[in-house]
Amino acid sequence: MAFDNLNFSHEPDSLLDKERTWGDRVRYLARLLWRDRSGVIGVVIFLSVVAAALFAPWIAPYDPLAQDLRNSKQPPVWQEGGAWDHPLGTDNLGRDILSRIIYGARVSITVGFFGVIIAASLGMIIGSIAGYLGGRVDSVVMGFINLLLSLPYLLFVVFIAAVLGRSLLNVILIFGVTDSPIFARVTRGEVLRIRRSGYVESAICAGARWPYIIVDHILPNLIGPLITLATFEMSAMIFYEAGLGFLGLSVPPSIPSWGNMLAAGRKYLTSATWIATMPGLAIMYTSLGMNLLGDWLRDVLDPRLRRSRR
Amino acid sequence: MQRYFLSRILQSILLLFGVLFLVFFMVRITGDPAALMMPRTASPEQIEAFREAMGFNRPLIVQFVDFVRGVMVGDFGNSLHFKTPALPLVLERLPATLQLATAAMLMAMLVGIPLGLIGGLNPGSIMDSLARGLALLGQSVPNFWLALILISFFAVKLGWFPSFGRDEWKSVVLPAFALGLSTMGQLARLTRSSTLEIRSEDFVRTAYSKGLHPRTIYAKHIFRNVAIPLVSVIAVQFGYMLGGSIYIEFIFSWPGIGQLLQQAIGWRDFPLVQAIAVFTSLAVLALNLLTDVAYVLIDPRIRYGIR
Repeated sequence: MAFDNLNFSHEPDSLLDKERTWGDRVRYLARLLWRDRSGVIGVVIFLSVVAAALFAPWIAPYDPLAQDLRNSKQPPVWQEGGAWDHPLGTDNLGRDILSRIIYGARVSITVGFFGVIIAASLGMIIGSIAGYLGGRVDSVVMGFINLLLSLPYLLFVVFIAAVLGRSLLNVILIFGVTDSPIFARVTRGEVLRIRRSGYVESAICAGARWPYIIVDHILPNLIGPLITLATFEMSAMIFYEAGLGFLGLSVPPSIPSWGNMLAAGRKYLTSATWIATMPGLAIMYTSLGMNLLGDWLRDVLDPRLRRSRR
Repeated sequence: MQRYFLSRILQSILLLFGVLFLVFFMVRITGDPAALMMPRTASPEQIEAFREAMGFNRPLIVQFVDFVRGVMVGDFGNSLHFKTPALPLVLERLPATLQLATAAMLMAMLVGIPLGLIGGLNPGSIMDSLARGLALLGQSVPNFWLALILISFFAVKLGWFPSFGRDEWKSVVLPAFALGLSTMGQLARLTRSSTLEIRSEDFVRTAYSKGLHPRTIYAKHIFRNVAIPLVSVIAVQFGYMLGGSIYIEFIFSWPGIGQLLQQAIGWRDFPLVQAIAVFTSLAVLALNLLTDVAYVLIDPRIRYGIR
């Protein structure tokens, strides 16, 4: 469907092919992106959320904490009683919901970004050690990883969050640590696969040293699957952060976050539905965009899938 | 094959010890479990007395051995809130959670699998788009938010279903749907992709050229192969539902384990939280073990492979 008119015979297999300059690679990615509409949508959504998080003070029409009790529970503009001064309405304390959603993106993006950085770093270290050394180290490490992955994840996250208490740093650490096993497992699998591959063997035969092999052969092949995984995991973290916030276990209630807004809106479900529905739409929007982005990255970064995709 | 089962059982027992270790140290990562479990208004003397009573002042290894020994005989200590043993409190909530998870799983299977099959057999059709749309929706809609939307529409506006509690059969519909949607999407997606893959296999073409009735081919050649990966996803998702229904039970005031967990955290009743964590993990581990056994029994390729 999307790639039917691409002639692959002139396309080198890997984006990281040495013959290419960075400009080439970016142009190539852009061309692939343009041919995949859902990928474009994913990128646009993701960038819009990141932009909201970065530029919140300039974009948001109001101070997200400013209360205005006379205008509390004003409906969004398309409902009766709504007005353009608060396009998405106001909450029970008269705070502007649009501004709070824009500021809420900061918490979500911060948790997702740093959570994934920590999880990916820990996971890559553990996974590559297990993959390289193999043998007993590998089976002990992977046994432990599989234990962690078979536990009821949400239950343990809630448990740890309840023990540690509400703070942004705690939430980032919780997700960073609890999510590292999946990165470790993927890294290990890839390292094992790449080590056995023909090109690494021929590099060894040609007398290449290990550091060279790692940097030039293993890392470039690891990046694709890990970036794809990172996208999906970041989406999941944003999801779980909101869930924790909803249970009152994420960032302190004074900070506007999507989960905290949902928790507050729950009490007004019968009288002012929009207080809870709006932040939920923000979560859905972000997660939809990141899933589309992840699907696209998976297809593009893996040359094998890129060819077979129809 | 017996050796395989034996080693899987041993592995599960090891995993269980891992769980006990995690659960034991989790309440101690802040350094002071007594301060964690006492209300914030408690005086230093009260905390000291509590520490003495709970035995938190003993060496860690002694406490751990004590904890494991207790768990072996089903003793998780007393709930701080109810002042009664913790395990019966968890067991009492089990039927409600099982009922919710079963209803959610049935809904997910009854919609997701047929939709994925039809979509996979007719790629590009309306049903196919529907299956893919459902998969994407299930992936992106947060279940706690979906629950709120369902309540505000079907319970508050239309009044078709009760918005909370577990009093009549209708009570289970909304929470089960909210809990099951993501699994429904996942099943639709997986069924669709494996149907697509299997229908172009050689043995299916052979079956057609033998002149078999398409119905026979669908049932015997396609669906039996599609069913294999589904088994493990269904088991994993069921385990996930047992531990992941916290939000749904919280929102719908469903008197199950998830709601108990949320309440126990509110009461800072960590012995009860520990009991819930161990019990749910045990259930999930047992489920995984059963799935592996079922897998071997269903799939002859695996059965002959591990002899």
